[in-house]
Amino acid sequence: MTQAQSGPAAAGNLPPALALHGINKRFSTVHANKDVSLSVAKGTIHGIIGENGAGKSTLMSIVYGYYQADSGTIEVDGERVSIKEPQDALGVGIGMVHQHFMLVNTFTVLENVVLGVEGGMTLGTGMDAARKELEHLEKEYSLEVDPDAIIGDLPVGLQQRVEILKALYRGAETLVLDEPTGVLTPQEVDHLFRILHALRDQGKTIILITHKLREIMALTDNVTVMRQGEVVANVKTADTSREQLAELMVGRSVLLRVEKTPAQPTDVCLAVKGLNVIDGNGVRRVKDVDFDVRYGEIVGIAGVSGNGQSELLEALSGIRPVDTGDILFKGENLAAMDGHLSRWVREHGMGHVPEDRQHMGLVLDFHAFEDTILGYHHDPLYNRHGLLNYNAITGQCADWMQGYDVRPAVPEQKAGDFSGGNQQKIVLAREMERDPELLLVGQPTRGVDIGAIEFIHKRLIAMRDAGKAILLVSVELDEIMSLADRILVMFDGMIVGEMPQGEATEQQLGLLMAGESTNVQQGAS
Amino acid sequence: MSAANKAPRWVTLALVPAVNLMAAFFIAGLIITAIGENPFAALEVLVYGAFVFPEALGFTLYYTTNFVFTGLAVAMAFHCRLFNIGGEGQAYIGGLGVGLVCLYMGGWPFPIVLIVAIMAGALFGGAWAFIPAYLQAKRGSHVVITTIMFNFIAAALMTYIMVEILIKPGQQSPESREFDPGTWLPFVHEMLGAIGIEVARSPLNLSFLIALVCCVLVWVFIWHTRWGYEIRTVGHNESAAVYAGISPSRNIIIAMCISGALAGMVGINEIMGVQHRLILDFTGGYGFVGIAVALMGRNHPIGIVLAALLFGALYQGGSELAFEMPNITRHMVVVIQGLVILFSGALEHLFRPRIEALFIRKPDAVPAQAAE
Amino acid sequence: MGEFFTIFILTLDATLRVATPLVLAALAGMFSERSGVIDIGLEGKMLGAAFSAAATAAVTGSPWLGLMAGIVTSMCLSMVHAFACVTHHGNQVVSGMALNIAVAGLGPTLGLAWFHQGGQTPMLGHSSRFTAIDWPFAKALADVPLIGHIYSEIFSGHNIIVYFAMVAVPVAAYVLYRTRFGLRLRAVGESPEAVDTAGISVAGMRYRALLITGFLCGVAGTYLSTAHSAGFIRDMTAGKGYLALAALIFGKWKPVPTMLACLLFAFADAVQIRLQGVELPVIGTIPVQFIQALPYVLTVLLLAGFVGKAIAPKAIGEPYIKER
Repeated sequence: MTQAQSGPAAAGNLPPALALHGINKRFSTVHANKDVSLSVAKGTIHGIIGENGAGKSTLMSIVYGYYQADSGTIEVDGERVSIKEPQDALGVGIGMVHQHFMLVNTFTVLENVVLGVEGGMTLGTGMDAARKELEHLEKEYSLEVDPDAIIGDLPVGLQQRVEILKALYRGAETLVLDEPTGVLTPQEVDHLFRILHALRDQGKTIILITHKLREIMALTDNVTVMRQGEVVANVKTADTSREQLAELMVGRSVLLRVEKTPAQPTDVCLAVKGLNVIDGNGVRRVKDVDFDVRYGEIVGIAGVSGNGQSELLEALSGIRPVDTGDILFKGENLAAMDGHLSRWVREHGMGHVPEDRQHMGLVLDFHAFEDTILGYHHDPLYNRHGLLNYNAITGQCADWMQGYDVRPAVPEQKAGDFSGGNQQKIVLAREMERDPELLLVGQPTRGVDIGAIEFIHKRLIAMRDAGKAILLVSVELDEIMSLADRILVMFDGMIVGEMPQGEATEQQLGLLMAGESTNVQQGAS
Repeated sequence: MSAANKAPRWVTLALVPAVNLMAAFFIAGLIITAIGENPFAALEVLVYGAFVFPEALGFTLYYTTNFVFTGLAVAMAFHCRLFNIGGEGQAYIGGLGVGLVCLYMGGWPFPIVLIVAIMAGALFGGAWAFIPAYLQAKRGSHVVITTIMFNFIAAALMTYIMVEILIKPGQQSPESREFDPGTWLPFVHEMLGAIGIEVARSPLNLSFLIALVCCVLVWVFIWHTRWGYEIRTVGHNESAAVYAGISPSRNIIIAMCISGALAGMVGINEIMGVQHRLILDFTGGYGFVGIAVALMGRNHPIGIVLAALLFGALYQGGSELAFEMPNITRHMVVVIQGLVILFSGALEHLFRPRIEALFIRKPDAVPAQAAE
Repeated sequence: MGEFFTIFILTLDATLRVATPLVLAALAGMFSERSGVIDIGLEGKMLGAAFSAAATAAVTGSPWLGLMAGIVTSMCLSMVHAFACVTHHGNQVVSGMALNIAVAGLGPTLGLAWFHQGGQTPMLGHSSRFTAIDWPFAKALADVPLIGHIYSEIFSGHNIIVYFAMVAVPVAAYVLYRTRFGLRLRAVGESPEAVDTAGISVAGMRYRALLITGFLCGVAGTYLSTAHSAGFIRDMTAGKGYLALAALIFGKWKPVPTMLACLLFAFADAVQIRLQGVELPVIGTIPVQFIQALPYVLTVLLLAGFVGKAIAPKAIGEPYIKER
């Protein structure tokens, strides 16, 4: 009687395939999982949705034995289990399909599948048996892939199938997929969905971790919504809607509204026309992007990370080559220039606060004062008779540290020894204090404490009010909504929507960010 | 982002290297005991041989000179996160450059010869490092392997040049003719003798001062110029370098060429200062000692001078040891050199975290971070 | 014609002798590097084994005990490398270099103390060396043209280690490509995280690989001092460890191509000895040094991508630090 539309829901009287009770996990100051409990019914597809940093991946890493929870218990089929290593997880029938595939690229499909469960000292008989078993699995779940193909030669969609096969070959009853569609083409996504349905229909349990609403709606029977490390909802997918999920996901936390007057944009400072950017693997990450940024306004680019924002910022700042299209900065076409482009743009008034300060924005082993000249070290201000003028550099650094309230205000301290917020202030000082005409800012407040966030936001507004152009990229909706005068939404390398600040709602933006452009009118203005 | 919980600087800069050194000496002591000698007696002889008897200090500093050059060379590359094992070959080829200048510039005023010889040594040594550097920067060939290969190629090339071209006519052993005495570097005992200070004769010569000047220049270059700044940025964080508009490949090439040029200065000491002719194998493994010196000296000129002095003393004291204790040869010094590289390089994580942990103040002693 | 053929056969014969330690050392390096650990310490392990083997054989009179000692020494050195690089995530190149240098000093030091012959070991007598094994009828067939020559000169008349090296190549290939161990070994050098998530210990695999490396280097070193020569002399490896490394890269970390590279290098060496001072038509005399440098030049060209492409195991040189 409960065999309703959502497939085999005879789960009622069976113990759940996986149940988590009161999972807590802290990483120094970050409380990544707060008292998380959820239950996954056998033979269902269970979605876990949330924004970046909501704690989904941490939770699944605990289930797979990469991390140990600080407290809480895990039950599989009603039995309490202890998972300390990936082997333990495999032992109780939990298999994981990682976001970054755990495959040996030079091996064949078959070799990858049997690695660790070869079935004997030599590869002869065990491999033959494995081949048969593999063929059987492939047929049963329509997971066709040539067992003798080399992994490195396969498209990512097929590589992912091999990951699934690996887990099934090891006897997994519950499969965890972590953001499985991030690297797939739409056709590959459709195929994956068919495979996952087939697996469920054969009685397997699937846990799908994602931030994309479409996948949740198309695929899952039940969904758990996570926000800031907590479970905010456990619902049947059929009983909910995209809008409701988007709201739950983004949350209604108080916006850190900054006092600001309406923008008074003047001339165009940066104009981007038909921009295409290709990454190191030949994948097109920015697709036909057009927009412009005027003096006296903050243009915000919202989007879930990995949708081309990073590549866009890097191309604009001259770090990453442009494939096609134009970048007009103060009338000069950057895309047509070559040579020391990133030095040129700095010298012509473009500041760039990179998204990842530890990876790019700072050299953590340097003293703070050394980091305050990174990229500007050619400036005559810092050089005297061919030598670096450390008096000037440390003096300036000390001033900036005062002005930006960096603590401790010690220019000689190693950059890596400052807290995240203070590191970010050092980067901001470097990029803002030279009075650039255009500032590119990526994730200005990632990993930054609340006090510093407010400070940084005020600085950005003040800069805008001084008539500068600012392009802000952030995955934090709150931040975009409170700072930006115009909001662009990026999804899959494209600008999928544009709206002025006043007209944007979280819900609309959330849907656009999740690739749901159909329900929303393309931007006004 | 927790705040600075760091051990005091003297622990990292002095205590840890000292412990590593002691570990190396401890193992060396065991070996000396195993071959039936008293390690403490050996140490006494070594110190006497290296510093006390009249010409000892001169010999010690003469070896130190070579090790300063090769140590600086290895350190220079390390600052760009490159491991230059090719110091030996670069020194060899650098010496060729110096030798050619001395062979063919006899009769020129000495200061000009000296300047040209230094430039030639730097140029030849740097050129020998350029090829591996270029291949690393542009084609990704691992610089460790290519510099090893270039050591062997240098040895073959030099043998060929010596045997077939530069050999003094009518001579059996492959040596060039002696240089014009006007091109010789003055010995320190001559220089001091000229101003009335009598010191024992030793091979120590003007190049010791050149080595010290190189230390200062390297220190200035690495920490006080924007070029050194760029090299260090590339060495610490390549993506930050790209972000800052600093070209990694260009800096890899610059760092390696300077490294090779410094190694080439060994030729000034050995060829122009002591041998006064080109011979085979004058580099005597000094290039490899440079690795130990740079690792022990933590890639800083002051550390390098101290470490080079230590190895200079070991080399010189080792000869004395071999003379006094029939069971011990100067090869024992090579063993110690290997052990120093092992403990201060490959096993750097063995003692350091434990020692530093002893000195790290408890977090509650650190003033609480505001706004967190 | 007959004379030329004899010279040719003799050159091939010399090639095998020169190639033996190279093949063994290169295979040793293959196991280490396939597991993801750079081993520039082949030289030192060989040298250490050469010393131990010669010293033991000199004292006991048994080449077999010498072989045991050589292998044990080399495996111990390999374990030091593993301790530094695998357990303590030390720099693999620095560690290999340290061992090379320490051993280069240690052999002569101990040699002098124990034997008082200027750092060498005593000359080994016939019975304490691995000597040539004549195959049945080798003498009788020596005069049969072609086949007899080949049989008696190339196949017969080598010591046991030469035959061991010949067998070692197919065995190594079998282990690498046809066994569970080999599969995991290749995987751990390419993608240690895949091995780790498959429930196999990365460190365990690397330790095992380095034990094999030690074993093979031990045999190679023993060959140098108790088979090829009759005793240990200072620096007797003379760069063979680096040459083996070059052959390994030239053979693209595969057993058979690596062996062929070793044979090529050895053949060049054998030819060079033959050609010393000989005036060739057109080319004139080829300088010895040119031929000696050839393997190194070839390796550089290969690394630069000018002859084929050398793709090293992907995880080589990187200590595996578990995260996430």
